[in-house]
Amino acid sequence: MLLPLAAVVQKGLAGGLSQFWQEVSSRQALAALELTVVVSVIVTLINVVMGTLIAWVLVRDEFRGKSVVNALIDLPFALPTIVAGLTLLALYGPTSPLHVSVAYTRAGVGLALLFVTLPFVVRAVQPVLLELDKEVEQAAWSLGASPALTFRRIVLPSLRGAIVSGAGLGFARALGEFGSVVLISGNLPFKTEVSSVFVFGQIENDNVPAAAAVSLVLLLISFALLLVLQLFSRRQKHAG
Amino acid sequence: MRARLGLRFVALGYLALLLAIPVGLVLYRTFQHGLAAPVDSLTSSDGAHAFWLTLEITAISVAVNTVFGVAMALLLVRSRFPGKKLLSALVDLPLAVSPVVVGLALLLVYGRTGWFGTWLTDHGVRVIFSTPGMVLATIFVSLPFVVRETVPVLEELGTEQEQAASTLGASSWQTFWRVTLPAIRWGVGYGVVLTTARALGEFGAVSVVSGRLVGQTETLTLRVQNEFERFDLTGAYAASALLAVMAIAVLLVMTALERRRRAT
Repeated sequence: MLLPLAAVVQKGLAGGLSQFWQEVSSRQALAALELTVVVSVIVTLINVVMGTLIAWVLVRDEFRGKSVVNALIDLPFALPTIVAGLTLLALYGPTSPLHVSVAYTRAGVGLALLFVTLPFVVRAVQPVLLELDKEVEQAAWSLGASPALTFRRIVLPSLRGAIVSGAGLGFARALGEFGSVVLISGNLPFKTEVSSVFVFGQIENDNVPAAAAVSLVLLLISFALLLVLQLFSRRQKHAG
Repeated sequence: MRARLGLRFVALGYLALLLAIPVGLVLYRTFQHGLAAPVDSLTSSDGAHAFWLTLEITAISVAVNTVFGVAMALLLVRSRFPGKKLLSALVDLPLAVSPVVVGLALLLVYGRTGWFGTWLTDHGVRVIFSTPGMVLATIFVSLPFVVRETVPVLEELGTEQEQAASTLGASSWQTFWRVTLPAIRWGVGYGVVLTTARALGEFGAVSVVSGRLVGQTETLTLRVQNEFERFDLTGAYAASALLAVMAIAVLLVMTALERRRRAT
């Protein structure tokens, strides 16, 4: 496992730092990296809000069919990413019965990433929310705090760690996502081409140095992210 | 009360638009003109080949990762050595690395011009653009699941029962089979299910190392893309529907296991 990754590092740096820099800062590579990071950040922000909301509804609300909805959350983990892409294209593509098409647009890329990263925040927040004492919330309510204030002051602080770790894992996933994006984005360079698709294209064109250089950047970002998350969770443990 | 209903509406609406309706629509479109066309596509020689290849790769990867995963979890929980934290972080790495990067990495080591390329060609072993490479890619991306699910169960279990068994004269092998394994079986089982799901659905890494040769190195997920690009939507939908049905089966097993695990 380490050997292949080491090969990427070696190949990425084989031509020296200046060549690595040249490959990464080529206009197409840069555009792909920029799109990947920007869309991933937006998707992560939406996940933080919607994921927390869904987790809250699943824990504190009661309605029929809740267990089905709860099982549905894991569907993006179980469904192959290429199927996810095709699935979204069926409803939001050129043949959409709703007549909305996000195919070959940046919104389409975002939609695909939202689909595959949905479970991360929900599944991180849910168990913490389950453990959380309902009585404290009720006490705040009865002391006259509005539901919004109660949520912000009482619930949110205890969820912060879970939200950050879920969002971080989702972000890492979004950065590297390939299968779900490949069909819906149309892979137009400078417009909808994300980094992983760029790497794939360069491999097919036998331009391995460029592929390895951008891969190395992706590797570094995800490794740094894992490290930060681990430090963060350790700090949380100490604080708790 | 109204706020609660509003939140419920937003949450369920979001899930419906993002998950339920799209997946339902694909299943509907697959079968709207009857069963014949999708069944024909899947039972054609290329379709059937893709199906069996997917199962073969999944079976090998799951077997390897189960054995490796349990061993790795035992190592991480039961022994102390320098660099343990680093190793535990490394195990998670495949979750954070793009599958395309994994594919490229394997290409650089086992490809024709890769590190072992010349040696492999000399010995007539073909890894890239054939099944071994695809198996390696799948093992790589689905590596963390068994380890991650087994470690917490092992930590919770503690060592008292194992020590009791060995005091009573059981060999370490006997202790493992009779004491440790039965106690961690639900955790391992859950990890195996997750590994299976990931292996069945792997696309990016396999796509890079397979060369996507129809009827040779085409798995079900690769078939979805190939058929789509050939404008054969029936074929793409048929392969997708089959994968979706397998995914839903995996979900059902997961839910059942989760309940079992909580009960014990």
